[in-house]
Amino acid sequence: MPTDRAQFREELLDRAVSVLLAGGFLVVLILAWQLITTLELLPAYLVPTPAATAHAIWKDLTDPRFWNDQLFQTLYVVLVGFAIAAVAGLVIGPLLILHPLIERSVYPFVVAFQTMPKIAMAPLILVWLGYGHTSKFVITALVAFFPVVVNVIAGLKAGDERQLILMRALRASWWTRMTKVRIPNALPYIFAGLDIAVVFAVIGAIVAEFLGSPNGLGSLVIIRQTNVDIPGLFSVLFFLAVMGSTLHLIITGLARKFTFWSQTADNKVAKR
Amino acid sequence: MTSLVSVNGVSKTYETRRGEKVLAIGEVNLHLAEEEFVSLIGPSGCGKSTLLHVAAGLLKPTTGEVLVRGENRPIRAEEFGMVFQDAVLFPWLTIRQNIEMPAEVLRIPKAVYKPRATELIELVGLAGFGDMYPRELSGGMQQRAAIARSLIHDPELLLMDEPFGAVDAITRENLNIELQRIRRVARKTVLFVTHSISEAVFLSNRVVIMSARPSKVRAVIDIDLPADRGPALIESPEFDVFVRRVHRELGHHAH
Ligand SMILES: Nc1ncnc2c1ncn2[C@@H]1O[C@H](COP(=O)(O)OP(=O)(O)O)[C@@H](O)[C@H]1O
Ligand SMILES: [Mg+2]
Repeated sequence: MPTDRAQFREELLDRAVSVLLAGGFLVVLILAWQLITTLELLPAYLVPTPAATAHAIWKDLTDPRFWNDQLFQTLYVVLVGFAIAAVAGLVIGPLLILHPLIERSVYPFVVAFQTMPKIAMAPLILVWLGYGHTSKFVITALVAFFPVVVNVIAGLKAGDERQLILMRALRASWWTRMTKVRIPNALPYIFAGLDIAVVFAVIGAIVAEFLGSPNGLGSLVIIRQTNVDIPGLFSVLFFLAVMGSTLHLIITGLARKFTFWSQTADNKVAKR
Repeated sequence: MTSLVSVNGVSKTYETRRGEKVLAIGEVNLHLAEEEFVSLIGPSGCGKSTLLHVAAGLLKPTTGEVLVRGENRPIRAEEFGMVFQDAVLFPWLTIRQNIEMPAEVLRIPKAVYKPRATELIELVGLAGFGDMYPRELSGGMQQRAAIARSLIHDPELLLMDEPFGAVDAITRENLNIELQRIRRVARKTVLFVTHSISEAVFLSNRVVIMSARPSKVRAVIDIDLPADRGPALIESPEFDVFVRRVHRELGHHAH
């Protein structure tokens, strides 16, 4: 991607300002938090001090069992569930619009299903599949699937109609039209869908772990709640936020690489 | 001599979603000789784009037929190139990749189309811009790229649908002069849709004036001006004579 040098510097400066502003806001937040705890505006057993929270985070950070039994377990469920959702969405999306008959008969159900909170199906899936990895993967994938499939479909329909007329004028095959026009046009939408999906996958994995998993951050939340370990809960939330942000940054990084040509890539999101 | 393309008694009825029938083209006869430049001019919605699509084999006429070199068959992809009102470039491809795209789709060997793309980039005045992306170029430059793209597979016929309708007047005049030069160098037959009378006169061997929907050919005017046309021609009295004639046939009053 060719970038004008002046424009590049301007963008860099713009980013630096963003980082400074966000950092400044964080400092304000922590100061306010410190103030609330030192003035005991909220009882200490409900809101731990920043120091106590930092200590809990540090304790988890340096505990190999936290990594192996909790964080990596959740990450594993998130990644597998997300991968299933992404592949399924990328395969099923195009199939749904392959023929107007399929689209008109099946798509209304996709939309109807999409409006239902998939999380509510988690207990049912546990009954069907039992405790274990499979049910966690399925719950996660189910939550993450819809933003992918809906955006794949929206993306494949996007683009200038005349691009396709041009391909028809060249008597291009279905496959050529797909690979040269429809899929590239769909990429900004697909990445927007994957971005939502990866965040949804974290939610799905945590809920699956809430419902009786021996390990993972979701189960750790339940254990620490039972023990009224409030700093510990804050620590888990912190790690979940880091996990979500990292995954989001990876997807947006890939999106920027593959859809640099799209000026409105960030706006292209169909309904979740 | 057989025409490159003959449109014989073509009419086209569209059916809208609600089932109403719209007679877009009444009945049109049109013959394009080789290396001829023919403009179609007429009120909006009179079926000019429809006629172009029929000629391109993208739409089946309701009645009538299109002959290519005297044969009743659809035109082949290798035989024509298309240009629209906007460049319709693919934003994820560089200018060069955009220009090469039809050749790739038609599986023309790289050894043939690569050097051709370089020549065309020069011909349309885009030397040095080949590795840029469309959005980095102005509308006029994008349209030059679209013209180069329509020529990459060396077709006999160009179908151009208001190709300069979206660029500013000054750019438009430059593009007209260049199109005139390009098609003489490349020896192409052109069917050109426009709303501009002076553009039609400047570029064409013949101007076909269409009536409002359901359209018919109202008049055909031969433009007997020298083949090699430059900016000076536009100010000449002969040029004015033809502009006035087209104007009058379009149903306006002469000034
Ligand atoms: N796909 C279509 N379905 C129904 N009507 C159409 C369709 N395409 C064009 N028309 C109608 O046919 C007429 C001619 O359209 P068009 O060929 O685009 O005209 P022009 O290019 O001369 O402006 C218009 O009245 C237009 O509304
Ligand atoms: Mg039109």
